Amino acid sequence: MKKVKKIKIKINGKFKFISDNTSLLKLVNDLKIPLKKVAIELNHEIMDKKKLNKKILNKNDRVEIVHFIGGG
Amino acid sequence: MKKDSFIVANKRFKSRLIVGTGKYKNMSQCARAIELSGADIVTVAVRRVNISDKNKPLLMDYIDPKKITYLPNTAGCFNSNEALRTLRLAREIGGWKLVKLEVLGDKENLFPEMIETLKSTEILTKEGFKVMVYCNDDPLMAKRLENSGACAIMPLAAPIGSGLGILNKVNVKIIRKQTKLPLIIDAGLGQASDATIAMELGCDGVLVNTAIAKAKKPFEMALAFKNAVLAGRQSYLSGRIKKNFIGEASSPTKGII
Repeated sequence: MKKVKKIKIKINGKFKFISDNTSLLKLVNDLKIPLKKVAIELNHEIMDKKKLNKKILNKNDRVEIVHFIGGG
Repeated sequence: MKKDSFIVANKRFKSRLIVGTGKYKNMSQCARAIELSGADIVTVAVRRVNISDKNKPLLMDYIDPKKITYLPNTAGCFNSNEALRTLRLAREIGGWKLVKLEVLGDKENLFPEMIETLKSTEILTKEGFKVMVYCNDDPLMAKRLENSGACAIMPLAAPIGSGLGILNKVNVKIIRKQTKLPLIIDAGLGQASDATIAMELGCDGVLVNTAIAKAKKPFEMALAFKNAVLAGRQSYLSGRIKKNFIGEASSPTKGII
């Protein structure tokens, strides 16, 4: 069986190994994050949530996933 | 009585009390306090999703953004770039354009950094945001914010979370006189009567977080602020009597036995 290549990315400040050729949409789904309640940045660029399946993650990518919390 | 509407960025709101959603013991306490306060705008912060603990309760599960207007803020931002990034992300979450801009300049007093605030207001307005701006109580700066496209002027009463109440009533009155924009006292209120004073000065609304969330009884305080805002607004609209430095009897002097 062919071994799946892993790449290292950073999500919300923490390192994570993911399979090569993973889309941003798959990453968000795998993390069970409700897409409707978040915004996503890839390398400081805000992503269009409708096009996440087209964004394939690369080594050393920085992903930020944010939502609303209590604040004054 | 004539209908007294509170309108911000062409949107009509029922309550003149805006409530922050921070510092509560838990989400259900926060949701109940908001309900009791009668507020239909709440401020919210933009933060990282907790990737490792996905069972952590989400604000949106407790406060329905379809029923209550979320006002994303930039609390914790110390320059224009951070504030712009935060609000652009907030807009992306679900189309939020009405936002509260707050650029801080000093970690101890949490005073607003007005140069960065002004710069951010201009940029955000050009990008189509409706910007409610947290600012100091300087009438000149308030004017500049207005000229830069702010949709509401939100001067502090006192440092955020200090509970000191309105420190400079004169400046608030001057700002009231010069602007037709919604004027909302933001930050530093300590008790319900502070909100009444703000409203009696002619402010259009108040924004409160700590004074409710950290009160010994947050639910009761939420209700007290609701009533205080109503009382203050009614008092302002009723036209107070002139101050007089001599006494004037309330009972007729004619017919005294």
